[in-house]
Amino acid sequence: MCMPEARAPVHVDGEVVASKRIGGYRHLTLTAPGVPERFRAGNFVAVSVAGHVTRRTLWVHRVRASSAFGPTLDVVVEARGSGTAWLTAQPVGAKVAITGPLGRAFALPKEAVSCLLVGEGYAAAPLFPLAERLRERGCAVSLVVSAPDEARLLSALEARRSARSVTVLTADGSVGQRGTVGDHVDDLVRRSEADVVYAAGPSHVLRAAAGAAERVGAWSQVAVETSMPCGTGLCHGCPLPVVGEDGVDRVVRACTEGPVVRGDRVRWDDL
Amino acid sequence: MSAWLPGPVLVAAGCGGTGRELEPYAGPAGLEGLDFVTRSITLDARQGGPGPRLVEVPGGVVNAVGLPNPGLEHFLATELPWLVRAGARVIVSIAGSTMGEYADLARRLSRAPGVAGLEVNVGAPDEVGLGLFEVREPYHSASVIAAVRREFPADRPVLAKLRPDVSRVVEGARSCHEAGATAIVIGNAVPAAFPDGRAGGLSGPAIAPIALRCVAAVHQALPDLPTIGCGGVRDLASARSYLTAGATAVQVGTALLHDPTTVARLRAELDPTRHPSTPTPSEEDA
Ligand SMILES: Cc1cc2nc3c(=O)[nH]c(=O)nc-3n(C[C@H](O)[C@H](O)[C@H](O)COP(=O)(O)OP(=O)(O)OC[C@H]3O[C@@H](n4cnc5c(N)ncnc54)[C@H](O)[C@@H]3O)c2cc1C
Ligand SMILES: Cc1cc2nc3c(=O)[nH]c(=O)nc-3n(C[C@H](O)[C@H](O)[C@H](O)COP(=O)(O)O)c2cc1C
Ligand code: FES
Repeated sequence: MCMPEARAPVHVDGEVVASKRIGGYRHLTLTAPGVPERFRAGNFVAVSVAGHVTRRTLWVHRVRASSAFGPTLDVVVEARGSGTAWLTAQPVGAKVAITGPLGRAFALPKEAVSCLLVGEGYAAAPLFPLAERLRERGCAVSLVVSAPDEARLLSALEARRSARSVTVLTADGSVGQRGTVGDHVDDLVRRSEADVVYAAGPSHVLRAAAGAAERVGAWSQVAVETSMPCGTGLCHGCPLPVVGEDGVDRVVRACTEGPVVRGDRVRWDDL
Repeated sequence: MSAWLPGPVLVAAGCGGTGRELEPYAGPAGLEGLDFVTRSITLDARQGGPGPRLVEVPGGVVNAVGLPNPGLEHFLATELPWLVRAGARVIVSIAGSTMGEYADLARRLSRAPGVAGLEVNVGAPDEVGLGLFEVREPYHSASVIAAVRREFPADRPVLAKLRPDVSRVVEGARSCHEAGATAIVIGNAVPAAFPDGRAGGLSGPAIAPIALRCVAAVHQALPDLPTIGCGGVRDLASARSYLTAGATAVQVGTALLHDPTTVARLRAELDPTRHPSTPTPSEEDA
């Protein structure tokens, strides 16, 4: 076990060492001294965008302990607003200020149980390193990658090494099964005989996954994506309504008490 | 017996989390010796407002965080002892809905070990929406300061944090000083609105020129009154402009959301023990 201090995040100057467009996303490989070394699946990083005050938070898709550039991390970025557009336009060699790793990681089961991992769009990114950790522990991993269409589907090719089964869902049916997580998740939970359901994506996906887990008495861990202006716990700008361990309603900071929380603790109606 | 003065760099209220979250970015000494202003603490716990609480606008952010805090009791039991152990000089920001609440907060905080000073939030950008004691006239803020000063030991500072409103700030600063404020913090976020019209406060680089004007005006009218500049401080140049205008110290808020190491860097750069000719690290652009 690492001491908590060793896990403390760092704020460093990173550098883009590779940039690749895959479908509707840009995959960036970055150096960020100290971040890959501390990473656990479910952590995210916050990137500073020049001329913008708030941060842009991104899931860590993969870390490499060593490469020609030293340790690196990969993020998958969808250009939507001004900050992500800036980020996807950064050429190899560009410097980027990065803080991480941030947030609570996915909790891993103590025993070798069955796990269903459900991810939508770019948010499937943190499930790949999670699948590897689970497999190392002897868990049976079923992975579901879903997206509105093929362009926004993360390739599950690499994950086939860590997962016993991979299911692909697209809302428009362009590849894999047609439909959304909401349409299929109860069935997927039942077929995988999941003891734990992990989910990452927009809140409707998380809610569907948490609900399906609850209906069969499985645990769930969901990675929430509420807006995070700083990502570091400083601003209290990322309210997440939950029910505490003591049964009392609370509003916690999604970036520090989350982003990964137990699905049955989220007050979805208040989100 | 006169109170000590914090500075030259303080963490602004509500922008340093509970302190724990800032520690990894606070530099080699951590929070040791850091003048840390807490987020505003109220008597009873507050959950804070609904999301979105903070949106980015050109040059800054608009926030309506809504003073989320665990209430005085819980703060005294958990957050304060942690900050004290970490070595921070803790300045507790207080907010109340009545004068009695401010006095109560001050009395109980005066007995809590490790409270180095108080900052009285009498300039919140949306005090009505927050249900805070409404400060319309300088004598309103002065009476709050007087009530707090009566309950808090004279050898520890009471800072009055005002709105950066140049038409009222000199009068407000004078009244608060006469009521016993050790120094005046200028200022809070500027009253503003979210794109959908909800009330909030604007902070960040956009408000630096506004707060600077207020600091200069107060310094000119009341040269002996210590002022602390707050609004858009993000690098050495923006900090120096406040100090040049007469401020004795600066607070850093919104810049920490962009770069959590800002305070550590500024502390090093403004360290009075450093030789003045020491070259300073390059400054951040944003
Ligand atoms: C924990 C977490 C992980 C994420 N991981 C990824 C990822 O791996 N890949 C990816 O492409 N995107 C990811 N996002 C979403 C990404 O952070 C947002 O797209 C981004 O903040 C919006 O920035 P923008 O520049 O595109 O839009 P702008 O409109 O310029 O955003 C301005 C500000 O609005 C807020 N904001 C707006 N939309 C969102 C949103 N959907 N989520 C969070 N904040 C928002 C942020 O505070 C942002 O700083 C993640 C979000 C969270 C919270
Ligand atoms: C997210 C956020 C939370 C804040 N919370 C408080 C608070 O609890 N009490 C207070 O007096 N001011 C609060 N402020 C105001 C700041 O302390 C500061 O006065 C203001 O933002 C201007 O400085 P800046 O431009 O450096 O942020 C808050 C500001 C922000 C952005
Ligand atoms: S995003 Fe600032 S506290 Fe969570």
